[in-house]
Amino acid sequence: MFGQSRFAQVFPLILAFLAGMGIQATGLVGDIVSYSSDIVYLVQQHLLLVAVSGSLAILFGVPLGVWLSRPAMRGYSESIMQTLNVGTTIPTLALLALSMSFLGIGFLPSIFGLFVASLLPIVRNAYAGLLAVPPYLKESATGMGMKAWQILLRVELPNALFVIFAGIRTALAINVGTAALAFLIGGGGLGELIFTGIDLMDTGMLLAGAVPTALLAVLVDFVVGQCQLRLVPRGVNPLR
Amino acid sequence: MITLENLTKVFETPSGPIVAADHVNMEVKEGEICVLLGPSGCGKTTALKMINRLIPHTSGKVFINGKDTDDYNDTELRRSIGYVIQQIGLFPNMTIEENICVVPQLLGWDMGKARTRAAELLEMVALDPAVFLKRYPKELSGGQQQRVGVVRALAADPPVMLMDEPFGAIDPINREIIQDEFLKMQATLRKTIMFVSHDIDEAVKMGDKVAIFRAGKLEQFDSPDDILAHPVNDFIADFVGTDRTLKRLRLVKVRDAVDTTVPTVSKQDTLEKAGSLMTEHDKEYAVVLDRDARPVAYVLRGTAEAQRGSVADHHVPLTARANAEADLRTAVSEMFTHDITWLPCVESNGKYVGCVTQNGITHVLGETYRRGGEH
Ligand SMILES: Nc1ncnc2c1ncn2[C@@H]1O[C@H](COP(=O)(O)OP(=O)(O)OP(=O)(O)O)[C@@H](O)[C@H]1O
Ligand SMILES: [Mg+2]
Repeated sequence: MFGQSRFAQVFPLILAFLAGMGIQATGLVGDIVSYSSDIVYLVQQHLLLVAVSGSLAILFGVPLGVWLSRPAMRGYSESIMQTLNVGTTIPTLALLALSMSFLGIGFLPSIFGLFVASLLPIVRNAYAGLLAVPPYLKESATGMGMKAWQILLRVELPNALFVIFAGIRTALAINVGTAALAFLIGGGGLGELIFTGIDLMDTGMLLAGAVPTALLAVLVDFVVGQCQLRLVPRGVNPLR
Repeated sequence: MITLENLTKVFETPSGPIVAADHVNMEVKEGEICVLLGPSGCGKTTALKMINRLIPHTSGKVFINGKDTDDYNDTELRRSIGYVIQQIGLFPNMTIEENICVVPQLLGWDMGKARTRAAELLEMVALDPAVFLKRYPKELSGGQQQRVGVVRALAADPPVMLMDEPFGAIDPINREIIQDEFLKMQATLRKTIMFVSHDIDEAVKMGDKVAIFRAGKLEQFDSPDDILAHPVNDFIADFVGTDRTLKRLRLVKVRDAVDTTVPTVSKQDTLEKAGSLMTEHDKEYAVVLDRDARPVAYVLRGTAEAQRGSVADHHVPLTARANAEADLRTAVSEMFTHDITWLPCVESNGKYVGCVTQNGITHVLGETYRRGGEH
């Protein structure tokens, strides 16, 4: 299992490498490198978008999932989750457009759109992960004299952590890709090179945006995967 | 001591109220194990969980050591009661050590003290602390997990334990082993224990008292032997099974059924002496002991009367012996195996105690029936 996931992480890199060889053959590498100062600047912008919207999504999404999974919410949580699920069917581009129509253009509406786009998998996984904690574990904890918050912190969250991380991983993967669209509503990021490249039919410029975006996605996924591997206790971590 | 007073639970369900406990009255004395027994759905778990208030009672009272449990707050009450559930319920995210330390930690123990305690407890159930403390539950076998589950409930040394089919999720052979281990521990710990089971054999083995429920009602509350010998109604008789008298064999120790009037001789004695001893005690055989008072052989009365010479020339070596601490079931099994009607019975150091005979066993088992007939 470990070897397989390691392969899954390395595989895109190999592809990128092969693609790079092909590109080099056509002399496009030189074109891409000529944008290096733009790339450095835009990668930072891109990462800022991802980091801010992603952190916000985690900060809101996990507690929201926790709240929905509480017994007091039992009557409502399913319908709320259904509503959120319908939300996921809205195309991310439409989401950004909607965000722009409320908040105008620039950084803020981009953050908001990305935040909403990555919120859903996080809430869904936190909610499902917590509900999947076997009832007898909670009963055992209650019977030993733990209070509700102690059960949440010491039993429920640790046991749901792997699934919660899986949600975060999905969310950030979506986020990195969607952040490329932020340029369309004035949020900046690597989308600037991609879309301008498309407009100008400049393949070098397009790739100067697309290749770093792809690498960024792989990198973010790798980092979250490492967190998942190391932060989830061994007893409940299928990767260890 | 645990006292239930008119304890009643009514579950209100969409299809009408379900009475899961109906004015249950019982008292478990300090240091005793009481087994709650009965068919599925009769209310055993409900009765148990009302004691630590995992299920709130509808009416009635629960006293622990004379104190009304309604006067405690929930967490305080639960931390003072050891609790073992059928699914074992070890927290998979915690190591064995962390699992055992949960209640001590909740009670604010010093971590060092809690850790020492965890190691101590693992040793009690023959799990090497050096190996197991840092493992996670998934790295243990089912039987090992079950042991840890029990030991975890003992961590803060609670006077009272509630155990809901604690040895349920395990194969019969290991179950016997864990039961024996647990009884050995209980002999020194002397906890007051409520123990749910649906297995009459387990109940008879583990319980000082057995409480049999039917549809929320306590039908009989007695010692295992009385439950088996004197079921109060057909339901109980059916429930404990038609072989209930055989089950009682487990309850009596060989020591309590021995006949000490069988004559003993040594190899140097004459057959004449052996014969007259047997005539005197009206026995058909005499046991031959060696110099350390260990039974080694026997002589028959017929031989003694028909032959002359010393015992040494005419004895028959023994094929089997019974340990005085074993139960009668083991002794009977030995007799059947060797096709004999009596067994010499010895202490664990091999010294002779007396003989256990099929007649003697029948007599011991019959005693309580005769007693029962009197009242
Ligand atoms: N939360 C509940 N709501 C409604 N009815 C319940 C609830 N819990 C238990 N009951 C009912 O109460 C009765 C007693 O249940 P309980 O769990 O105490 O049985 P049990 O003797 O432990 O059975 P088993 O041997 O199968 O574990 C059953 O009829 C059951 O359906
Ligand atoms: Mg039950």
